[in-house]
Amino acid sequence: METKTLEAHHKIPGFWRHYIFSTNHKIIGIQYLITSFFVALTAAGMAMLIRLEIAWPEHSWPLLGRIFPGAFPGGVMRPEVYAALFTMHGTLMVFFFLSAALVGGFGNFLIPLQIGADDMAFPFLNMLSYWVYLLGFLVMISSFFFSPGGPASAGWTSYPPLSAIKSAVAGSNWGQSFWIVGMAFFIASFTMGGLNFVTTVLSMRAKGLNMMRLPLTTWALFVTAAVGIFAFPALTAAVIMLFLDRHFGTSFFLPSGLYVAGKLLNNKGGSPLLWQHLFWFLGHPEVYIVMLPAMGFTSDILSTFCRKPIFGYAAMVGSILAIGSLSFIVWGHHMFVSGMNPYLGMFFDITTLIIAVPSAIKTFNWMATLWGGKIQLTTPMLFALAFISLFVTGGLSGIFLAAAPADIQLHDTYFVISHFHFIMAGASLFGILGATNFWFPKMFGKMMNETLGKLHFWITFITYYCVFFPMMFLGLHGEMRRLYDPIQYYTMFKPLQPINVFISINAFILGAAQLIFAFNFFWSMFKGKKASSNPWNANGLEWTLPSPPPYENWEGEPPEVYRWPYDYSYPEAPKDYLPQIVPDKAIAAGNF
Amino acid sequence: MKTSKRPLEAYFLFLVFILIVVLGSASFFKKWMPPLASNRISIDQMMTALFIVTGVFFVGVQGLTGYFIWKYSNQNVEKAAYVSGSHALEITWTLGTAVILAVFGVWSVRVWRKTVIQPPPSHALQVEVVAQQFSWNFLYPNQDGVFGKLNPQYISFLNPLGLDPKDPASRGDIWTKDNLYLPVGKPVVLKIRSLDVVHSFFVPDFRVKQDAVPGMAISTWFIPEKKGKYEIACSQFCGRGHYTMRGTCYVVSQKRFRKELKHLRKEDEGE
Repeated sequence: METKTLEAHHKIPGFWRHYIFSTNHKIIGIQYLITSFFVALTAAGMAMLIRLEIAWPEHSWPLLGRIFPGAFPGGVMRPEVYAALFTMHGTLMVFFFLSAALVGGFGNFLIPLQIGADDMAFPFLNMLSYWVYLLGFLVMISSFFFSPGGPASAGWTSYPPLSAIKSAVAGSNWGQSFWIVGMAFFIASFTMGGLNFVTTVLSMRAKGLNMMRLPLTTWALFVTAAVGIFAFPALTAAVIMLFLDRHFGTSFFLPSGLYVAGKLLNNKGGSPLLWQHLFWFLGHPEVYIVMLPAMGFTSDILSTFCRKPIFGYAAMVGSILAIGSLSFIVWGHHMFVSGMNPYLGMFFDITTLIIAVPSAIKTFNWMATLWGGKIQLTTPMLFALAFISLFVTGGLSGIFLAAAPADIQLHDTYFVISHFHFIMAGASLFGILGATNFWFPKMFGKMMNETLGKLHFWITFITYYCVFFPMMFLGLHGEMRRLYDPIQYYTMFKPLQPINVFISINAFILGAAQLIFAFNFFWSMFKGKKASSNPWNANGLEWTLPSPPPYENWEGEPPEVYRWPYDYSYPEAPKDYLPQIVPDKAIAAGNF
Repeated sequence: MKTSKRPLEAYFLFLVFILIVVLGSASFFKKWMPPLASNRISIDQMMTALFIVTGVFFVGVQGLTGYFIWKYSNQNVEKAAYVSGSHALEITWTLGTAVILAVFGVWSVRVWRKTVIQPPPSHALQVEVVAQQFSWNFLYPNQDGVFGKLNPQYISFLNPLGLDPKDPASRGDIWTKDNLYLPVGKPVVLKIRSLDVVHSFFVPDFRVKQDAVPGMAISTWFIPEKKGKYEIACSQFCGRGHYTMRGTCYVVSQKRFRKELKHLRKEDEGE
């Protein structure tokens, strides 16, 4: 025993290798999480400016004029700046916040702890993954300062020719190249992480932990990583071609006869639709990359605070696998009116409706988990319950968009914005917030403040609905997304403008409320109440280790697993939880 | 009677879920879509059915979730039920959902065939739509009914679409900018192109939307059924002036339509 402790102690490196250039999965997870929170605050700030412009278009804000004289000459936002803001808001939120927090943050932190491994399969690759991600973010954000013409502004979808031709929009000058390089770093980082996750889950599980005993969180992260590995190469190919089109005179996406800004271009034979296919071949699985982990967290949090097994575990695993694989054949529902062959529209209409089935199964299973439970309304539980609500609202609105003829009316309107902010952005945001509140004690050995947590939850949940639900009505009426000024030219949107003002005011409250979370996060890290090893009386392997766990988790002595992680309120057990490491023989003794 | 140990928050959460249900569904009783002004009524019918079915699910699922939260937050209960699944229940809701979605799958594909795939009647009016940053150009053929060839090589201030001057068919073609005149009750085929980036031709009142993609000519057709003035929107972000790219569609009587065309032809020739 004596020598073992010494050995273990020896393995802890100095400050730089421990906290900065760390190869430890827990540190890397926390690095990812905190970085992604900063990204989220940045991108949320952009959203505030976007909402300011939509509610009071072309209004002069002298203060903003003084802070950003270039972007707000005379206090009025320039249209180019508006375009850059919604482009970067989308890019940063989808990739650099949601994906990074869910997969990089929680994936790294949780997978080894939940499967009883001391670290990831490839720790060095893991470290590299974080630093390449950070580099990608820095490239993206630096385009605000260093690229002539400002950051990319062709939307997060970057449809060419707009994104390919420098004279088409200011952001396509150098900003789009920064965007491409930033995305390339992100893809590289995500692929490294993905390979690592898949390998780790497949080969490093503790004894007795077969796949059907994995927590749904690990299942979801595992499938997510696999989806990422298969989907991202399409975008890699696309951004390389876009780069060549922009800088080396190729015509992958540029047809002949383009006449832009008074000049005839001599490109030949390319197709703008090719980009859309490649982009959405990644883009749609990407939606599930941010959706699946949040579903996993919610399942685990619900089960824990219902003190009841998750309902329909096998169906839940099946749904995760079904969603993961079906996500590859639905991309065309983003392109119903794009001009692709209309017969393809029928195919994607049907496949998209099919993917609603596993999503519905998951919803019903969550509801059935609540039924007959003994619900404890802790902060993580509140977020998990709100997740169900957002997921249902977003999912049902998705059926309209899946039905191709309805999409004719709704495509590119605020209905779409509402839909994906409920399901892809909102539900996964609530997943992240719930998971942070849930696993924070394990990360830092401290509890987050419940009062602040609940205050944050209530404001966030209510204003979230007030911001995104009214957008459905704007969309049904036809109001399009990405309008710098929705009412100066379109008289049909003038009567709707009070809705936009209502949305914006709620958006500001929603944005401000996130500062409560930020404060709670950092304050609790230092001043929070000390956490025990298992503050929620949960069953997962991670809760059998001290909080925070030692540098090398089990230090070479992996646990042995005897059951699934959902044995809550097990009839023969003396307590209402039964950790995975308790063998049947030891249940009666109850000494866990 | 045991005293209830239900936390106040459970009531509040229940209330919020009920509010979501009530406000959410109540607001859908107002007709948010602009009144239909074309023949695409099948889209509206399908959407109405979707509103009803998704509405029932919305009320049911949100309401029941709220109710469960309220009901099962009572901490006086000894232990939760050790229930981990039910084949009967799971099969029921899987099949139930699948059947409802299958109905909408068939329905939506039929409407799609009717509106998008079915070819237009042969007597339909043909109009070329050419999008460019940041305006809409419309081109009517001359009496021969054939359009002149478009070639960007010939684009100039006086020939903004690049009508081929050597093509005899181009003589007398009528070009107009931002204003589209359509005769009421007559099917119209729009052949949509773009000179520069991707735009999207969108008239909310007609339930018509079609991207304009450079390098492609994409046709869509419909019948304007109500006289009036309708706004044409660009719904695909197309650059700095995207928000200014509005056109106007005038649906007028046959007589007035012929008059407008004559007037436009004179204007074109005057140039």
